[in-house]
Amino acid sequence: MAAYACPVCEYVYDERDGAAREGFPAGTSWELVPDDWCCPDCGVREKIDFVEVPAS
Amino acid sequence: MADWTDRKRYLWLLGTVVPILPLAGWGLVNATGLAAFWWFGAMFVYLLMPTIDLLLGTDAENPPTEALAWLEQDRYYRWCIYAFLPLQYASFGWACWIWTRGGMAGIDKVGLMVTMGMVSGIGINTAHELGHKKEQYERWFAKLALAPVAYGHFFIEHNRGHHVRVATPEDPASSKLGQSFWHFLPRTMAGSLRSGWALEARRLRRLERSTFSLRNDIINAWLMTVALFGVLVAGFGISILPYLIGQALIGISLLEAINYVEHYGLLRQREPSGRYERVRPAHSWNSNNIATNVFLYHLQRHSDHHANPTRRYQALRHTDEAPQMPTGYAGMLVLAYFPVLWRRFIDPLVVNHYQGDWSLANLHPPAEQRLRGRFGEPRPIEQRVA
Repeated sequence: MAAYACPVCEYVYDERDGAAREGFPAGTSWELVPDDWCCPDCGVREKIDFVEVPAS
Repeated sequence: MADWTDRKRYLWLLGTVVPILPLAGWGLVNATGLAAFWWFGAMFVYLLMPTIDLLLGTDAENPPTEALAWLEQDRYYRWCIYAFLPLQYASFGWACWIWTRGGMAGIDKVGLMVTMGMVSGIGINTAHELGHKKEQYERWFAKLALAPVAYGHFFIEHNRGHHVRVATPEDPASSKLGQSFWHFLPRTMAGSLRSGWALEARRLRRLERSTFSLRNDIINAWLMTVALFGVLVAGFGISILPYLIGQALIGISLLEAINYVEHYGLLRQREPSGRYERVRPAHSWNSNNIATNVFLYHLQRHSDHHANPTRRYQALRHTDEAPQMPTGYAGMLVLAYFPVLWRRFIDPLVVNHYQGDWSLANLHPPAEQRLRGRFGEPRPIEQRVA
């Protein structure tokens, strides 16, 4: 399981936790998240700009 | 940092003056005998704020970088914002009582409606500050602040629509060079509603839920308006309804006039990949005029807001790269109501911002002919400022 951080704010998408409110249940792999999905906290950058970070 | 003190710290309390404008107006009517003060909200926004902006000038002071984290976590600043809400609701209920208690001239009732509309419109700005935060309860407060103005879809569309597409022709809330405010107003209202609804429908599809459910944040926010207006109509009678709707429309048009100013004519260029470049300070009009900055919680430090949307108002910074409006937003929106004056003074600022190459601006196509006549052919610049 990997995690991906928004390059602008502190939001991290952790595959283990998913993002339930956004429609990605726990365990949803990053591959399945659409490219134009933007950061749910800041809305500045989209998925393709996220950077991989060590999973917690 | 130890020797830095926030000079605006206690000024933020002045934000709570806005929701009590209707009561202040009532006080002035009684003190002076002049019924014109029922319109005090409009006087405050369109005369007083621009005048104070002109008299006090600008304040470009930034908190030092080391102070930002401390500023953000100090809960005092949050309470300054939260205090707006109970006062807004108290004023709203009080206005309903005044409208229906009898013995008031129709024109005065309209004055109070306009004043209440100013409160609701600036309430959208309060909702804006709250709706950008990560805390769920603050997002809920945002919906509360939007209920009196029936604009519950705003915090969805603003955060996930406007911020993503800002300063592009695809954003209904970014006004274009040559477009008048009156052309912009109905289009931004309709376009933002459509876009916000589509965003929420898409999220719910991923959740495999119906669009028409209470989970839809637009629907549940609108239901708060229905409940609020329902309670007020039940309590004060159906005669209150035109005033409720009237003040909401005035509030919405005030907010949309501020939106019109914020990104007028500014455009993000396309990268070779076809994507728009990342939003930069050059894509928002800023102002450091102090009165509007205090009453609108640093909204005019708009470039920093777009760079860091979750940053709290007290920590927003001025940046030299951002284009500056000639005065505060309050004065600018008065100008926006008069397209001839707006074009005369503001269009040259946009053309200058692009160093004469106004083809780089977010253009309103029907205005192209007129712009060509006035500013000549757009002169391409060899090297754009990155």
